[in-house]
Amino acid sequence: MTTHRRRKKAIPPKAWAGVALVALALAVLPFVAGSVGQAWVRILNFAMIYIMLALGLNIVVGFAGLLDLGYIAFYAVGAYVYALLASPHFNIHLPFWVILPIGAGLACLFGVLLGAPTLKLRGDYLAIVTLGFGEIIRIFLNNMNAPVNMTNGPQGINIIDPFRIGSFSFAQAERLGGIQVSGPQKYYYVLLLLTIVVIVINLRLQNSRLGRAWEAIREDEVAAKAMGINTRNVKLLAFAMGASFGGVAGGIFSATQQFVSPESFSLFESVIVLAMVVLGGMGNIPGVILGAILLTLLPEVLRSTMEPLQNVLFGRVLLDAETVRLLVFGIALVAIMLYRPAGLWPSAVRKRELEVPKVVEQ
Amino acid sequence: MDILLQQLINGLTLGSVYALVALGYTMVYGIIGLINFAHGEVVMIGAMVSLSVVTGLIGMHVPLPPIVIILAGLLVAIPICMAIAYTMEKVAYRPLRKAPRLAPLITAIGMSIILQNVALIVWGRNYRTFPTLIQPTPYNLFGASITDLQVVIVGLAGLLMGGLVFVVQRTRLGMAMRATAQNPQVAGLMGIDINVVISAAFVIGAALAAVAGLMVMTYYGIAHYYMGFLLGLKAFTAAVLGGIGNLAGAMLGGILLGIIEALGAGYIGDVTNICGFPFLSDSLQQQCVSNDGQVSLFGSNYQDVFAFFVLILVLIFKPSGLLGERVSERA
Repeated sequence: MTTHRRRKKAIPPKAWAGVALVALALAVLPFVAGSVGQAWVRILNFAMIYIMLALGLNIVVGFAGLLDLGYIAFYAVGAYVYALLASPHFNIHLPFWVILPIGAGLACLFGVLLGAPTLKLRGDYLAIVTLGFGEIIRIFLNNMNAPVNMTNGPQGINIIDPFRIGSFSFAQAERLGGIQVSGPQKYYYVLLLLTIVVIVINLRLQNSRLGRAWEAIREDEVAAKAMGINTRNVKLLAFAMGASFGGVAGGIFSATQQFVSPESFSLFESVIVLAMVVLGGMGNIPGVILGAILLTLLPEVLRSTMEPLQNVLFGRVLLDAETVRLLVFGIALVAIMLYRPAGLWPSAVRKRELEVPKVVEQ
Repeated sequence: MDILLQQLINGLTLGSVYALVALGYTMVYGIIGLINFAHGEVVMIGAMVSLSVVTGLIGMHVPLPPIVIILAGLLVAIPICMAIAYTMEKVAYRPLRKAPRLAPLITAIGMSIILQNVALIVWGRNYRTFPTLIQPTPYNLFGASITDLQVVIVGLAGLLMGGLVFVVQRTRLGMAMRATAQNPQVAGLMGIDINVVISAAFVIGAALAAVAGLMVMTYYGIAHYYMGFLLGLKAFTAAVLGGIGNLAGAMLGGILLGIIEALGAGYIGDVTNICGFPFLSDSLQQQCVSNDGQVSLFGSNYQDVFAFFVLILVLIFKPSGLLGERVSERA
């Protein structure tokens, strides 16, 4: 136990000042964005949901080196668990804090069920099985409205309960202490808190015994096994943990949107989250956060610049932003892997590993 | 009995298309050990291109027999698909051949997204219907119906598969492919240009994919920019079922999967019919009465799920597939 204890240094006051500045900036951000438009506050909230998702996927893809292409399925599980347990659909209205662990747990269970048969095999199989699983979940969500109406099919579930503490609802705007605070702005703080918790958990995980085991497996599975790591269980744990983060993000997504439908959980969403992880830098937490923020903002920037630009140039919109966004994600995935395989902000270890070796092995 | 036979015929038709696509997966996997995720999109591009050519020719009122128009579509689609596969391999996979396994998988999924969205831009978001050039004539076979189109699809698929087996087993290129699959380094030392062999595997797979695309489209009568995804997933399942890397396995797996799917879709409604159970709630019993005693937990809208369950079951119980060799954890 004593070997890993790090020496605690006194934090210099300058660093505290920096932390305070960042905290202040994060605290006033929704009001700055709100002065431009409430839409931008929603975008900020989405960025944080995506940060949670990307960090969850990063455990699987970045830390453990397993390609999960159906990650959005776990997000869907979390979202639907919340939607079903807190909406008039079944007339169940459980509080958020009760549902969140249920959603995370169920997502985790699905992760284990899916991972167990495939993790013994090569990584490619896992990729394709998860890809299929993501699609299957969507098919089930789409069709489970008959004979018993479970998910309300393609129409989705609406009027989901907002997040609330006591009688304080986070969905409606009201005046607090003389300041007008909108629903999205309130949610911003909930999301910020959750995101910080997720980030801290991820940072702690990375440096833990488990985190090092994941990295060892990613680098060389045979060597990791020889070092006494139970590779199958450790990989399964990566899968389960990634899935439960997805479940948590899904739950909060449900609560903020108050509406879920199978459409939100298509394959493309999985690819988008993967692109965030890859773009930012697989395995590096700050990188992944950067990737998530960049790729959430990108489509909004595209939307607000490209369509007016086309209107000016051609007189009409030839390419809608949505199509171009996905195209850009595809190109980004290929280009990053070819030219900067470790991502925009790589971790030192990952960078060494992913760069194509100059000297041919074997 | 005739329903069973009917489902078998339908399954065989669909299965031979899966087999053609699965061959593309299995050839590439056998040689460089990569799952080419974008292969399904090549099928889609093949279908879309031939659809455009066929509708274009019809629009110009060229006095050609329907079969020639369809062949023209195919003759345009095949080179385009081959070119796409060749470029894809060269740009996205070849530079990463020595990189960790995760890297080409990610570029493959990226290529798949790129092709899909290019198709979305070119052909639009809506389902495109294939003009009814040939009206399939149904024939009676022991109480089931079989159309001439189905016969042509199965026959042509069989012919192409035979041709591929011939190429792989009897020609110099085929010998080079088999050598590269066994050991690329040694094959290189023997004077085989590995890059050519790998490109050839992609290009041949793409040609088969183009034919499969046209088949699917004439069979179902519709095409869509998203059609490649599920088709690719199923064909991959077929390849795994038969034993990935094994040509005969891909054919067997494709046909089996087609039949499993058709039988599954045909019978799942009856198997999961819950009207026979006494513990039903009142509302369900009312549904049973109003639907002639036919209320199923799962209907044929779950057809797409079967392939996935087959994949999971194969991976649990026989990961090497029916005809394949052992799949090691990391080659």
